Amino acid sequence: MTFRMQTLGLAAFGGLLSTTALQAAENLNALIWCDHADAALLEPFEKAHDVRVNVKEYEGTAAGLTILEQSRPGDWDVMVIDGVDVARAAEAGFLAPLPEGAIDTSGTFREVALADAMTVDGKLYGVTEKYGYNTIAYNKAAVDPEDMKSLKSLWSGKYDGKIAIYDYYMPVLGIVGLAEGVDTADLDAAALDALRDPLMKLRAASRQVSDVVGSQTALATGEVDVLVGGGEWLTAVLNAENPDLDWTIPEEGGLVWTQSIAMVEGTEKPDLAVEFIKYILSPEGQARLATSSCYWGMPANKAAGEVLTDDQKSVLRWDEQEGYLARAQLYPVPDAETDTAMQDLWTDMLQN
Amino acid sequence: MSIERTEKRLGAGLAAPALLWTGAFFVLPFAAMVWMSLGHLEGRTVVPGPDLGTYARIFTDPSLYKGIRVSLEITATVTVLSVLLAWPLAWIIATRVPARWRRLALLLAVLPFWTSYVVRSYSWALVLGEKGVIMNALTGLGILAEPVQILATRAATVIGFTHFFVMLLTLTIYSNLVQLSPNYARAAEDLGASRWQVIRLVILPLTLPGVMTGAFLTFVLCIGDYITPQILGGNNELSLPQLIMLQLGRRGDYPLASGLSVVLMVMVTLAYAACARWLKMERV
Repeated sequence: MTFRMQTLGLAAFGGLLSTTALQAAENLNALIWCDHADAALLEPFEKAHDVRVNVKEYEGTAAGLTILEQSRPGDWDVMVIDGVDVARAAEAGFLAPLPEGAIDTSGTFREVALADAMTVDGKLYGVTEKYGYNTIAYNKAAVDPEDMKSLKSLWSGKYDGKIAIYDYYMPVLGIVGLAEGVDTADLDAAALDALRDPLMKLRAASRQVSDVVGSQTALATGEVDVLVGGGEWLTAVLNAENPDLDWTIPEEGGLVWTQSIAMVEGTEKPDLAVEFIKYILSPEGQARLATSSCYWGMPANKAAGEVLTDDQKSVLRWDEQEGYLARAQLYPVPDAETDTAMQDLWTDMLQN
Repeated sequence: MSIERTEKRLGAGLAAPALLWTGAFFVLPFAAMVWMSLGHLEGRTVVPGPDLGTYARIFTDPSLYKGIRVSLEITATVTVLSVLLAWPLAWIIATRVPARWRRLALLLAVLPFWTSYVVRSYSWALVLGEKGVIMNALTGLGILAEPVQILATRAATVIGFTHFFVMLLTLTIYSNLVQLSPNYARAAEDLGASRWQVIRLVILPLTLPGVMTGAFLTFVLCIGDYITPQILGGNNELSLPQLIMLQLGRRGDYPLASGLSVVLMVMVTLAYAACARWLKMERV
């Protein structure tokens, strides 16, 4: 390699570095769900604070807490976590309390604020940032919307072979429980025995059990017409391509999922972490998070309504939230034993 | 110092980096994995062993040992199908395609390698779907009255795998074929062998190293693959890698994931032992 080529190579390498990590004065490390990886969400914060936000995606609280367990204190600054798991994570020492009065939650939809679940010993450990529903998503061009008003239709035989199940045990077991008249709050190891048979029948009636992308592909390509566990988070990003993809909350109810943002215990940048949380909860941050390219969901802060467009609010069913929230139940909060039993049942369902 | 001793030291010195690398990045991690598999999970805490409870569970829990069976069945099917498809293709390229076109023919044969593995699997999902190219053609031509479900079945997983591994096997068998002297075939023909007998009794046995090397690589890569069954299989049955991922991603059950991984490793070792006598990399 000639000197000139070496020089050019070094210059190119230097230019590359200058546009990435070295350009920002600081780094903020965030353990997130995929909706937070959207550049449209992160860039305004990065520019405003001259910081680079490094993200790592994870799925499922168990996986997130395992990552934290294997990390050193200070490796992570903020994390996104299932709303119902905040207290459990805080009690286990994974989360740091938020400074008193630093976060304004007055604009949060009351039903999803989950103040009790976010507070341990009087200290706030997390804030709801986004919510949505695990219920039934369907293709209204292929399915009678009237049928979707009851969960019983899933077991009627009419849609056998045209059903997909979202591959996450918690909401789907919750939905099967609702169909059997078991509230999510009562879903314990004993109640699970009663759900085995309907779950296996639902499995027999379904074509596949798939993750987010697999579920979206199956619904979008017409492989299946109904997705158990789906909701606006799945159909909203497909709405422009296929307006027939819809979702509803049947009369038996649906599950409301909430995701929260929290500060990780041991962070060496608590002020920056709080600033990030404030940004995510701001009307602008909330609107960007609600319409993230990975999946859409309702912003927890009502003030986001001032930033979202009418079309976006229509897709999110902004005006129908009151009725929806009244009919939806929170995710089950299983103890370790019940959680293991739920996962065993789920593995049985997948494998048999 | 004798020349022999000097050569031994030189050989040891040259092998040392590779041995250190293997020790640091294979032997030690594998030992750690075996040790982890001898523990068990209580709540979210790993309790160190040694105990064999994890292995007892793997071979008594129907959901777990079915994973071993599913993986073996899929891998055996894919390996046999890939060999059956790749050998004629390699033979045609090596003997029937004019020399000046062989490079292009090989390039075309391995073209799908240029695509990302994940993208290729999702592409197969679109092709094999009810409204995909195949079903549209079959129903459009009146061959099928209704689309048949292929996607989200084992057949889809096997098709996706076979598409990938035929390319690999074609390369290993082709490399073997072009090294064979044409005199073998000529001598057999001079002695009265028909064209089919030449292939069956002379060429085919001489390409066994290429076939077995490719088959072994197919076995190893296929049995350890998570992506293809996950995307194309529709979670209608779980293979061993899917079960391992389930323990890691969902349950945080590292002892069980480690135990399943050790079982996977043992299966690969047994496959190697079965093929070892034919695995002659210098012939490929």
